[in-house]
Amino acid sequence: MQGFKRFWAVFVARNLEFFRDRSTLAFNLIFPVILIFGFAYAFPGGGGSSFKIGIVGTPPAAGSAADVAFIHYKYLQFIPYADLKAPLDRLAHHQLDMVLDYFKAQYFVNESSSNGYVLERMLSGGGSSSTSVTAAPAGVFAKNTVSGAPIRYVDWLVPGVIGINILFGSLSGVGFVIVRYRRNGVLKRFKATPLAAFEFVSAQVLSRFFIVAFASTLIFAGTNAALHFRMTGSWALLALLNALAILCMIALGLLFSSRIKSEEVAGGIMSLITWPMMILSGVFFSLDGSPRAMQVASRAFPITYYIEASRSIMLDGAGLAVVGVDLLVLAAMALAFMAAAAALFRWE
Amino acid sequence: MDENTGSAPILEVRDLHKSYGKVKAVDGISFSVREGSCFGILGPNGAGKTTAIEVIETIHQPDSGLVMYRGERVSRSFKENIGIQFQDTSLQEFLTVRETLELFSKLYPRPRPIEEIIKACSLEEFVDRDNRKLSGGQRQRMLLGIALVNDPDLLFLDEPTTGLDPHARRNFWRLVQGIKAQGKTVILTTHYMDEAEYLCDYIIIMDHGGIIERGRPRELLLKHFGEAIIRVPEAAVPPGSAFSCPFESEEGFVAFRCADTDQSLRELVANGVDLGGILVERRNLDDLFLKLTGSGLD
Repeated sequence: MQGFKRFWAVFVARNLEFFRDRSTLAFNLIFPVILIFGFAYAFPGGGGSSFKIGIVGTPPAAGSAADVAFIHYKYLQFIPYADLKAPLDRLAHHQLDMVLDYFKAQYFVNESSSNGYVLERMLSGGGSSSTSVTAAPAGVFAKNTVSGAPIRYVDWLVPGVIGINILFGSLSGVGFVIVRYRRNGVLKRFKATPLAAFEFVSAQVLSRFFIVAFASTLIFAGTNAALHFRMTGSWALLALLNALAILCMIALGLLFSSRIKSEEVAGGIMSLITWPMMILSGVFFSLDGSPRAMQVASRAFPITYYIEASRSIMLDGAGLAVVGVDLLVLAAMALAFMAAAAALFRWE
Repeated sequence: MDENTGSAPILEVRDLHKSYGKVKAVDGISFSVREGSCFGILGPNGAGKTTAIEVIETIHQPDSGLVMYRGERVSRSFKENIGIQFQDTSLQEFLTVRETLELFSKLYPRPRPIEEIIKACSLEEFVDRDNRKLSGGQRQRMLLGIALVNDPDLLFLDEPTTGLDPHARRNFWRLVQGIKAQGKTVILTTHYMDEAEYLCDYIIIMDHGGIIERGRPRELLLKHFGEAIIRVPEAAVPPGSAFSCPFESEEGFVAFRCADTDQSLRELVANGVDLGGILVERRNLDDLFLKLTGSGLD
């Protein structure tokens, strides 16, 4: 009981500190909102202007009889997939403009996609080629269509922005703050009291969890009121996913701050953690078509699992069966980070 | 038993060692502290004062040695019985003085009522002010209040008045005297010799991690400086005067080094010395430290 009293006292004090620090509070709430509205204004449509074609199967060798001029055209981006499911989902949401299936000699377009219409004309020989091979004659690839409303870039982006907010809110709000507390002697002052390290750390974790969850909800609700994001899945599942992601990022913040005493070092490490995550986790652009090494590297970052699962739930209405693995990975990472942080933590 | 009274000490330190790499910050110190007294730890920067009391406070682990509280080796519950005012400390920001006191008071099982702390440390005037907006003296009083929230029997004050103006220092001394009057034991480190002389019943002087002298301030001064220095303007001393104590000219004054001040004053009068510009100087702890170590207390 005394332990809970101590924990609660530190929890309340930390929350007061955050909500009274107006500049930090404003930055936490306003920056993500500006980001979302900025991208919604800059990219009202699907985002990006190049033609994207999903390729299933291996294209024939250049110059062979089955080769078609289409795949040699400039300014077209061909993205390989192992099977049809993922590219057809993306086609339905206008994230791809066409899917070319070499296994069954068929192609798919979304009937409501203008880019798909243009690509279809090019595939059937309407375009010009500088290569010696001929355009594919009509009928070589069987036509299929999918339907689905286009997804605005902002719909696709918002899980990424919330993810970034969770990442920064957790790392700076726990990691950076603990380093600052350690440097300026707040931790030492607490160490001189009966407060246990576990009670202190738990209070920081719960306080930051509450703050980040509050900020993320406020940002989402506020921007959603104006932009009406696509949400086809379960709110409860999305909430669970967010909770696990916040815990995981907070645990990562605890881990990196477990011993550092210098805010400069903490800032450097934070950049080292956050920049690769922002670039490699598909926050602002899809990793489809990116180099294999980049895609493999992205699997090391918790935010990748959060963003993928969040997009699946919001855009595709995915259920627990689809995002269950992402949830498990986030939970496992959270436990691993927390255990390592607990083992490494020092008051000074 | 306590080394200067024979009573059972509230705190006993035996052969305490603490090193950082090759630096021996605390090198085998031993002492005991009488309950209800103010125990001073003096020494220059780097002498090991702060390390010594932070090891005693259980903030740091000693390399070896023993710390006993009320006859028993210190345990986890020791923190519930002591109050600490660190030399440098920060607090959680954006909290008022009252909220800060409440925060710390909730960390202890048997806290003293906040209103009592506010009164005892004279915090009424700024109790609802953000703790970042306090003057130096107000801040030290608040930190003293935090150190008292658990109504400790033993209070550690690590250079509590450093950086304060003379008025704020005097106010702080009065608070410490009030705490002593309640029967609490105070362990004080300080750079200010007047502070040690005013507050401390017993002192140890540390240098290079060890204790180089110990005792009651006045006894130590008598032990090391049995003499007083009487200065009179050179013009006030008639030519041909004879004195039994040694004297020398110093910057327009004649300085008499006297073992017996009363006898020396009689001699001055007998020689017709005009006492209008007389200065009687008593040696202080700073002089003692200079004598013991050859360096000043900085």
